[in-house]
Amino acid sequence: MKYSVFAAAVLSASAAYAEKPELTVYTYDSFVSDWGPGPAVEAAFEAQCGCDLKLVGAGDGAALLARIKLEGARSDADVVLGLDTNLTAAAAATGLFAEHGVTAEYSLPLAWEDATFAPYDWGYFAFVHNADATVPGDFKALGASDMKIVIQDPRSSTPGLGLLMWVKAAYGAEAPAIWADLADNVVTVTKGWSEAYGLFLEGEADMVLSYTTSPAYHLIAEEDGSKAAASFAEGHYMQVEVAGILAGSDQPELAQEFMGFMVSEAFQSIIPTTNWMYPAVTPAAGLPEGFETLITPAKSLLLSADEAAEMRDGALAEWLDALSQ
Amino acid sequence: MVAALILGTLVAVALRAEAGSGFGPSDWAALRFTLMQALLSAGLSVGLAIGVARALARRRFRGRSLLIALLGAPFILPVIVAILGLLAVFGRAGWISQILVFFGLEPLQIYGLHGVVLAHVFFNLPLATRLILQGWQEIPAERFRLAAQLNAGPAAIWQLLEAPMLRRVVPGALAVVFAICLSSFAVALTLGGGPRATTIELAIYQAFRFDFDLGRAALLSAVQLGLTGVAGFAALRVADNEGVGVGLDRALRRWDGETMLARCLDAGWILFATLFLILPLSAMAVAGISGMFLLQASVWVAALTSVLVAAVSTLLLLILALPMAAAVATGRSTLIEVAGILGLAASPLVIGTGLFIVIYPFADPFALALPVTALVNAVMALPFALRILVPRAREVMARYGRLALSLNMAGGPFWWWVFLPRMRAQIGFAAGLAAALSMGDLGVITLFADPEVATLPLQVYRLMGAYRMEAAAGAALLLLILAMGAFWILDRGGRWHAEA
Amino acid sequence: MLRLESCEIENGGFSLSADLQVEAGAKLAIIGPSGAGKSTLIEAIAGFLPLRAGRLYWQGDDLTERAPGQRPVAMLFQDGNLFPHLTVAQNAGLGLRANLRLSRPEQDQVQQALSRVGLGDLAARKPAELSGGQQSRVALARVLLQRRDILLLDEPFAALGPALKNEMLDLVAEIVSETGATVLMVSHDPRDARRIADQVILVAEGRAQPPLVTAELLDNPPPVLKAYLG
Repeated sequence: MKYSVFAAAVLSASAAYAEKPELTVYTYDSFVSDWGPGPAVEAAFEAQCGCDLKLVGAGDGAALLARIKLEGARSDADVVLGLDTNLTAAAAATGLFAEHGVTAEYSLPLAWEDATFAPYDWGYFAFVHNADATVPGDFKALGASDMKIVIQDPRSSTPGLGLLMWVKAAYGAEAPAIWADLADNVVTVTKGWSEAYGLFLEGEADMVLSYTTSPAYHLIAEEDGSKAAASFAEGHYMQVEVAGILAGSDQPELAQEFMGFMVSEAFQSIIPTTNWMYPAVTPAAGLPEGFETLITPAKSLLLSADEAAEMRDGALAEWLDALSQ
Repeated sequence: MVAALILGTLVAVALRAEAGSGFGPSDWAALRFTLMQALLSAGLSVGLAIGVARALARRRFRGRSLLIALLGAPFILPVIVAILGLLAVFGRAGWISQILVFFGLEPLQIYGLHGVVLAHVFFNLPLATRLILQGWQEIPAERFRLAAQLNAGPAAIWQLLEAPMLRRVVPGALAVVFAICLSSFAVALTLGGGPRATTIELAIYQAFRFDFDLGRAALLSAVQLGLTGVAGFAALRVADNEGVGVGLDRALRRWDGETMLARCLDAGWILFATLFLILPLSAMAVAGISGMFLLQASVWVAALTSVLVAAVSTLLLLILALPMAAAVATGRSTLIEVAGILGLAASPLVIGTGLFIVIYPFADPFALALPVTALVNAVMALPFALRILVPRAREVMARYGRLALSLNMAGGPFWWWVFLPRMRAQIGFAAGLAAALSMGDLGVITLFADPEVATLPLQVYRLMGAYRMEAAAGAALLLLILAMGAFWILDRGGRWHAEA
Repeated sequence: MLRLESCEIENGGFSLSADLQVEAGAKLAIIGPSGAGKSTLIEAIAGFLPLRAGRLYWQGDDLTERAPGQRPVAMLFQDGNLFPHLTVAQNAGLGLRANLRLSRPEQDQVQQALSRVGLGDLAARKPAELSGGQQSRVALARVLLQRRDILLLDEPFAALGPALKNEMLDLVAEIVSETGATVLMVSHDPRDARRIADQVILVAEGRAQPPLVTAELLDNPPPVLKAYLG
């Protein structure tokens, strides 16, 4: 049947590379998509390593971790790319990861000391709005305003969880009160980022939870300057995306080489206009034109992996409580 | 086989679990909300569908067959696309709200339980209408002649023909819609306006990816299946399985419903259904047309992949469903029918994870991505197929079983010369539905996603994830066109000689 | 010889006993009050109803456990004797081969049978395009092709007018005189019995009585039959 033709085509494609060593990298789905960094990263790494780089998309960051847990030590994956600091504590606790051994001059707003996971890009969560709107300057003002926002569910979405941590990092024990004030501003909560962003673009809300870098996409890819991110006085919570080597890898040297490649110029220069995040190591040529228009938060917020893991369940309960009223 | 797939995967997930936490208060809240929205959605979808189907059964008008084909559209759409389409009409900034605001009124407040129900009715009213319309079409032309001859008014026709038919068809339709709504997640959350609208499926999702608590995921999934099983049994218990009797395949002509009032009522129903369907769909079309020109080659390749997966899964479905329908019709087991309905409430996440756990030790999940997708899609479409096939199969058995037996036609000849030809319209409908569903379903593919082969719905999500909302709308429109095309061709193929 | 040996037939709470023999090649009418079990009797012979007790033999062969299609029996039902989606020729052809893979000679045979019942030029029609009498003729053409030893008629012509019904009964008589089949015919009209049957089985009060010569029984009916005949 047609199917076996397909399967045969796929099989023979991989058979052709069989003599080359193969490096399998698990990542999130939007990384491997035709519009993400995947294709360019694959071409660039294969040009230098004489190997076959296989990028496998597995949902989003949290699904990626679940996948690694499911597969356990038998996993074919050599490298996992796409966890963030909300997940690294749980990921490290699996004991499946080895030390990354990468050193680089990171351009992160804070020092990086994790020996298991190395960062490849980062960004700030922010509320994105139409540039002509007047927007509140912090969560308290937002809660008091009648601005409508769309956010993502922390149970099913990475930015959703980021927002939870943002409020927690900025307000600590005051967080429930902030959420209580925000409750009437929340138009709705979506399963993932795409739904929320789509709703915002359709005009269902005045602001959507996204990244400070989101306006750069519209500006650079669509030459549309109509979107902006609101700068909040409490500071903005960071998302740092990281990769790690699996201890059970059958290509440890190649994995090591990939990690080095990841913080190199070739990889880092692909990131800004494909993943729409800040590169972990700013390329020599600097950031692409347009990034200078983005807001720079006065303060960077980030809970450590352990703090994040510890606070997560309590913060979720507070959030559920406030928004279920 | 089907039960093995559904229950087996569940057991696989449960066995992998270490220590699962039990059923907490938030789970009870989720259960309450899930049940309430599913009951409301099923009741309203089927209730409205009776009116629409009755009007469609009584009227012949230009564009009727197109409208019936359009009825196949909503439930094959990727959820995210359908939500955006619905909100373009009913949202805060939607068309209706804009009109309201223009006249100085408040915009529509869509988020809440009523929004969830509205969305579920949008998804399921068309399906319910098709299922019930099928019931009307199975009333032989002779019965309507008899009714006309007896000068039976609408009330008499209702009592003599329509009510008994509905008693057979409606419980099954209710169970199907109920089961679909039971496993709703993204729709319920988004239109429900927040965590108040937490369903069991969301709790499963949370257990799996937030807590990585497989035991809890399995437990919640079992609850979901249990509820569906109960609904399935209840529906089959209530349903009256008497056939509607037999006819000679005469062209259907109706003499009733010629009064002005009846005409206006029917026109109202049809107009309501058309608008309710067409508005969100046209919102999607408007959003998608310009995006169609932005589509890259990879999206077209994905479209081809989706068509192939749909073809295989339709074939698989028929191989599964026809013997099951025949077995149910000969009264061998109602358990089979319930097993079929379970497919609806099985959480795709749990099935996908279970299959993954089962397959992983033996084979490369990526190499099996497309076969697994085709198989799971077939199983997911099975409940619909059985709803469509079983009543007709019963009738064929009741009507021709003895004659065929006396002619020694058991086995192959009976299938080839009697069962398949008599079931033709139903097979076409079921196959069309399966093809369309399979094309639109993301289902398990994410866990099995082959790095080199993507299906069209996956590409839609990827485009959205990469900010390309316009291209995504274009790809979604392409998906809609393909799915409806497949539905129309197969459904038409089944009916081309049956209906005048 | 068709032999029903101490048969007990159950049909949903109602039961009928029969202990009788029918000569091969005989033509019998089964008469009796409505609801007495006339159809029950021939459905048991055809194999649609199981025997609770007793055995059924044809020419010494035990038919009791055989499936309906495996018995030397052709049957015409009250209605629904034709498949509406098959042509006249296909419907008749089923009498030769259930899979309808007919050889050239067999197709000729079908055509002959159709001509024999007067439908030679309607072979390509569908049943809905035929009159009631023509539909009955198609079924009879099939019986002709089936060449079974026993023909069971469960009032297949009840819906036809008297003249047409008589025509059909005469056709049945002609056909069985050619095939030599044994005929058992359910009837509620004693005139039908007189027209075609040499013997009559009276079914009444839960029992099918052994066959009696038609004229003798009808001219001298027992009380239960008398009440029915009025």
